[in-house]
Amino acid sequence: MLGRTKIVEVKKLVKNYGNFCAVKNISFDVYECDVFGFLGPNGAGKSTTIRTILSLIKATSGSIRLFDKDINQYRNTILSKIGCIVEKPDFYKFLSAEKNLELFARISSVDVNKSKLHELIEFVGLKGREKELISGFSHGMKQRLGIAQTLIHNPDLIVLDEPTTGLDPQGIIDIRNLILKLKNEQNKTVILSSHILSEIELIANRMIIINKGETIVQGSVAELLNAQDLIVSFTVNDVELSKRLLSESSFSKDIDSFSSSTVLIHTAQENIAHINKLLCDNHVLVSAIETKRKLEDYFLKLIAA
Amino acid sequence: MFLKSTYNELLKIAYKPRSYIGIGGIILIISLILFAFRLDGQIYISILTGQFEQSLSFEGTILNGNLIAYIILQMLIIHVPLLIAFVTGDLISGEAAMGTIRLLLTKPISRTSILLSKFLASCVYTSVVIICLVIMSVVFGKLLFGTGDLIVLKSDGLIVFHEQDVTWRFFYGFLIAFLSLVTVASLALTLSCFSENSIGPIVSTMGIILLFTIIGTLEVPVFDNIKPFLFTTHMAAWRYFFDDPLSIKQIVYSICILVGHIIFLLLIALYKFNKKDILS
Repeated sequence: MLGRTKIVEVKKLVKNYGNFCAVKNISFDVYECDVFGFLGPNGAGKSTTIRTILSLIKATSGSIRLFDKDINQYRNTILSKIGCIVEKPDFYKFLSAEKNLELFARISSVDVNKSKLHELIEFVGLKGREKELISGFSHGMKQRLGIAQTLIHNPDLIVLDEPTTGLDPQGIIDIRNLILKLKNEQNKTVILSSHILSEIELIANRMIIINKGETIVQGSVAELLNAQDLIVSFTVNDVELSKRLLSESSFSKDIDSFSSSTVLIHTAQENIAHINKLLCDNHVLVSAIETKRKLEDYFLKLIAA
Repeated sequence: MFLKSTYNELLKIAYKPRSYIGIGGIILIISLILFAFRLDGQIYISILTGQFEQSLSFEGTILNGNLIAYIILQMLIIHVPLLIAFVTGDLISGEAAMGTIRLLLTKPISRTSILLSKFLASCVYTSVVIICLVIMSVVFGKLLFGTGDLIVLKSDGLIVFHEQDVTWRFFYGFLIAFLSLVTVASLALTLSCFSENSIGPIVSTMGIILLFTIIGTLEVPVFDNIKPFLFTTHMAAWRYFFDDPLSIKQIVYSICILVGHIIFLLLIALYKFNKKDILS
């Protein structure tokens, strides 16, 4: 990470609730312009860690530094540079979307004028709905308004805890595109907590996986995934012959058939062309090749381990 | 930032429908009382003065705006705390129940400032309720029943205050009533810091007021030592302004007890709110 400014530095973070240890010695760093994925199953300690970073929860031990300052000593200075959604974005139901944004802008240590508010409302796709009461908003609309609220004071760091929970597929895509827009167009640093693996895989460049309050793995998403074998699916006309040929080869011993026309093999990326050649040389017709190396498999493997 | 936060809190109170239940309740109750006195007020007065008919003769209009205001104040001081707790008991716990507390506490403003701005906003709300009480009881009372000397019935006799001697007594009486209600607001706000739903603090506040009132009225020697320190004992301190002569010492003592309770309750609220883990 040479040359990049460290935005978040969490060291040996511990949070206990009585005898229950929710977070055990978690350490990680987030750098400028990172989209940092925070991954773990439900109850892994993601929300506790994020809430501790945001000073919603007091840490039992460990240190949290943001923008090179300790959160306990410089809480207000640090929070003025952060925009966040913690779990679901809840707003005052008896106020309109615009009034809600005005209200949060007022205590975000910046002067926000109406035109800036309307720009934000347009940015998140809520133009024309700003005068409506929140009580009439769908979950997706509240999430969008939540994003607008995080951006209201032009923060350097955006923390999104489970931003796509409860959204329909289109809503998930919209929020994902919004996050990418923030990264690509506004160079924001984003911490994204989720248990939706594809979300992290598509958006994040670095990630940490935690389970039962402990760090399982962390690093660059690409590097972590490239270190893993792919699951490659070959659609062929002769499954039995294909399985025999592949098991006799040195490409992999982990071979399975998925249906009467599909063979699955765990292998490295560079072997795919050679396997295809082997099958074709032996008169097996290959009609489709699909790679299935996904974060999901990697994640499940780690969690199971 | 503190003033901006206070403005936000006032805005929330102003837009929240439940805030108007208190004010609406006062308007409705006082309207009913005024209506009842307009119809049967003389019967009430004759019952009141009946015991003195042998020794005293009354001239002029006893049933006037001043007496009505005095009676209304006596009646409402029991109901108004509920209306105040209904709004102030929701200030922190309502945010927790709604989930907005997460957003609020991730803004660059200290928890102390947030709590104090909520307290200040609850004081403003209490003053609005008191102003409603004044308008409805004193202003409408005088408009409907006219003005005149105020006859106050005490356990040891009657005190008659001259018409010109009443207004300042009501002014300071309402100020003490305001202080009593701010104590109730502080209690509700403090309990609100311990809860994640708004019903709990409201019910608890009324429960505490009820318990302390019962302790205060029980003629049991074991409670004699604590009675002078219960805030409920001093919630009716406005009545001291309708004593003759005025007991300044008693008034100052009541003010000290009420202010002491407000400070003590706010300190507890600040401690709890600053230590609180936001898990909702």
